[in-house]
Amino acid sequence: MFSHRPPRSDHAPDPLRQRLLERRRFLQLGLATGGSVLAARYAFAAPAVTDARFVFIILRGALDGLSAVPPYGDPDYARLREQLAIGAPGSAGGALALDGHFGLNPGLPFVHEAYGAGEALILHAVATPYRERSHFDGQDVLENGLSRAHASQIGWLNRAVAGLPAGAAHGAELGVALGQNVPLVLRGPAPIASWSPSKLPDIDDDTLQRIADRYASDPLLSHRLGDALATDRIAAESASAIDEPAAMAAAEATNMSAAAAAGAAAARPGVGRYLETVRTAAGFLKREDGPAVAVFDTTGWDTHYNEGGGQGQLTQRLSALDGALRALKESLGATWSRTTVLIATEFGRTAAANGTRGTDHGTAAAALLLGGAVRGGRVVCDWPGLSARALYEGRDLKPTMDLRSVIKTVLRDHLQISTRTLDTQVFPDGTVPYAADLIRA
Amino acid sequence: MAIDVTAAIAANRFGLGARPGDLAPIGTDARGWLRAQLHGGAPQLQSDALQSTEQILAGAEPILRERREARQAGNADAAAVAKVAMRLPQYLRPIYVNDARAWVHAALLSNRPFAERLVHFWSNHFAVSIDKQAVLGIAGSFEREAIRPHVMGRFGDMLLAVETHPAMLLYLDNQQSVGPNSMLAQRAAQRGRTLGLNENLAREILELHTLGVDAGYTQIDVTSFAKVLTGWSLGGGQGRLASGPAGTFVFRPEVHEPGVQTVARKRYAQADQAQGIAVLGDLAVAAPTARHIATKLARHFIADDPPAAPVERIARAFERSGGDLPAVYAAVIDSPEAWDSANVKFKTPQDYLFSLGRGLALPPESEARVVSAFDLLGQRAFAPGSPAGWPDRSSDWDGASALMKRIELSDAVAQKLSDQRDAAQLAPQLLGGTLSAATRESIARAASPAQALTLLLTAPEFLRR
Repeated sequence: MFSHRPPRSDHAPDPLRQRLLERRRFLQLGLATGGSVLAARYAFAAPAVTDARFVFIILRGALDGLSAVPPYGDPDYARLREQLAIGAPGSAGGALALDGHFGLNPGLPFVHEAYGAGEALILHAVATPYRERSHFDGQDVLENGLSRAHASQIGWLNRAVAGLPAGAAHGAELGVALGQNVPLVLRGPAPIASWSPSKLPDIDDDTLQRIADRYASDPLLSHRLGDALATDRIAAESASAIDEPAAMAAAEATNMSAAAAAGAAAARPGVGRYLETVRTAAGFLKREDGPAVAVFDTTGWDTHYNEGGGQGQLTQRLSALDGALRALKESLGATWSRTTVLIATEFGRTAAANGTRGTDHGTAAAALLLGGAVRGGRVVCDWPGLSARALYEGRDLKPTMDLRSVIKTVLRDHLQISTRTLDTQVFPDGTVPYAADLIRA
Repeated sequence: MAIDVTAAIAANRFGLGARPGDLAPIGTDARGWLRAQLHGGAPQLQSDALQSTEQILAGAEPILRERREARQAGNADAAAVAKVAMRLPQYLRPIYVNDARAWVHAALLSNRPFAERLVHFWSNHFAVSIDKQAVLGIAGSFEREAIRPHVMGRFGDMLLAVETHPAMLLYLDNQQSVGPNSMLAQRAAQRGRTLGLNENLAREILELHTLGVDAGYTQIDVTSFAKVLTGWSLGGGQGRLASGPAGTFVFRPEVHEPGVQTVARKRYAQADQAQGIAVLGDLAVAAPTARHIATKLARHFIADDPPAAPVERIARAFERSGGDLPAVYAAVIDSPEAWDSANVKFKTPQDYLFSLGRGLALPPESEARVVSAFDLLGQRAFAPGSPAGWPDRSSDWDGASALMKRIELSDAVAQKLSDQRDAAQLAPQLLGGTLSAATRESIARAASPAQALTLLLTAPEFLRR
């Protein structure tokens, strides 16, 4: 009952067939050259649209900006924060020095080095247009780029990459999500790949060919399978191309900073998983013909209880993130100089500590731009202060900067997306002004 | 032919996936088969090996005490402190695994798969997540104690059981929340310490469990409701909040904020715990709650963006019955939109693995592997990672990498089982009238039995429900 005649593959749509073909050549080459596949370039299989690279790291759960970037110089800070307050540089568990007013959480030594090297720009009192306090609606607005939750199923970064010079005509993936699925910010008509590590055995080519044939009449599945084939191949290539000494150094640095934040070993967030993710992201982004943008998620920022000060839970999580950022820079190598990383969250947390040594949902937070392309070494903010009169609704840090203006400016000055696309397609709600001088000329 | 389609929809969309032999008895009465599952009481788990929350948390008490003592002794020996810290997850993890296996066992073997799917729906609606260590051991007992007994009962009873369960109180931090004018806070103030509210539970009850995010409540409502809920705590523990048996709900009057509160434009003057019970009672039958629940049910059983008419009908059934859940489910079954077209929902990894396990009639010894497959496919059991639960739209699950993992997993399973399972024979038994000619043909033309099985398990109509 089983036919031994290979199935006809001419039903498969062309891009998918192309990818199966490339995969086959890739596997053959891997065998022929004893696993070294560096000579092969399969890729996202189209000419590059830009050599600038953009990484968006979403901190889900509402990062406490007042702990990540403590305004220790504000006269109301220590009083509001009680045990959560992070003291001036030099005090026990104190902040890392920035500009005499703001410091960095002691869990962020790499960001601090980058700040010193002019490659980290700190933004404070920043928020999306969302003014309620639901995580899930807040994240929706952070990702859809509009002023209301659930206003679009297309994310701002998808709309943006479609506006890359020649982006619409590009035909291959312009972005990659590091995860099994694509988060809203990247969802939409512009082609996006997703990648996550797999512990499952590889499937043989003939079976895959037949699955591809079966999916020929199913646009969604054939599209997804094509994307998966392209990204798997590149991930395999970058895995064999990882610069081992740099990777080791990164792992060491991360483990050290994580170990420094002592205790609660069991609750420590997955430093190791971040590392694999950022290295693979770097593998994609380094390629000349690679995607221009990458997105990955981190969770665990919802610190209602026992948040801790300079040595607590939040500091440990920040330390894991810091290690991942260091690994990203090291894995990117020369590409770092053409990279901008945006790190942002859905909203901030209450200015005062709550009754359980944590903080509740708030409004404005801190955000971070990082990378060789960033004109850093500065804190950019119009600080509203923390006095009772200055707080938003009497409880939260007041937003004085729209996160969209930061994003718009990066997309314009770094990815060279036209202001027309940005104002009419990417962020069509309202007229949010551009910020000045975020990116090196 | 159309009759076959309804049987497959009943088994695959409403149930957890057809087992060989399931579709024939459903026959032409798919709705009747579903309605019959609403009778027969609560879908409880049958296993002697499972412990109650009280037993589990009582067992944790000596470990917690040891950990406290090690910390108080100072950090002189960091390695010893770390070793003690590991003891709690070492105690809790096997309990979690045990519960996860019992949960998989029930899903693979249930003869009331619609009832079992409803258990999963409600566990996800009232989500707790084991990535918070405090609930690692009790996410399973939470489902057994707070969800299952009420799945065929009233929404209000489930709501109260959930919000008084230690797992939810710990997950959303309420056991630590203190009324700013409570006796305990006043005593602490005299010693120069500030104790106060944690509004996490109050906010998520309003936003996620009952009214829904757009219902028009304000920050003031959230704060007032948080005050109402002060004192809702659990026994065991340490220091200022220690009292009562470990692992049971305890109301602590010394922590409760005294006085009248206004929540969603209504005054609540009751004392102590009665105040919170009254608020929950009103929330449970409020019109926005009915609409919120109806929308989620319609999204789960009809479409990612369900049309207005069935949502309206389901919400009316909820309101008219005062949240009598079987009446609400009947409105879902009676919605023609749910039977409109086959295969509209892309399966979540959970849907996929349960349907695969049922379809292949996996033996009990594979349950542990099914539990780890949840991890591989990105939906670890009892770990939605957020109080909003797992998302329920296709676009949250149909990523390229997610699809590739299903293909690889199907292939690995097929390699193992192909000498005992015949794909060509199974396909019509699992997919009934939804089996396409293209899939039938691809299976028939496969080069090996294993490849045929992979082609069945990766078929477009098997990836959707």
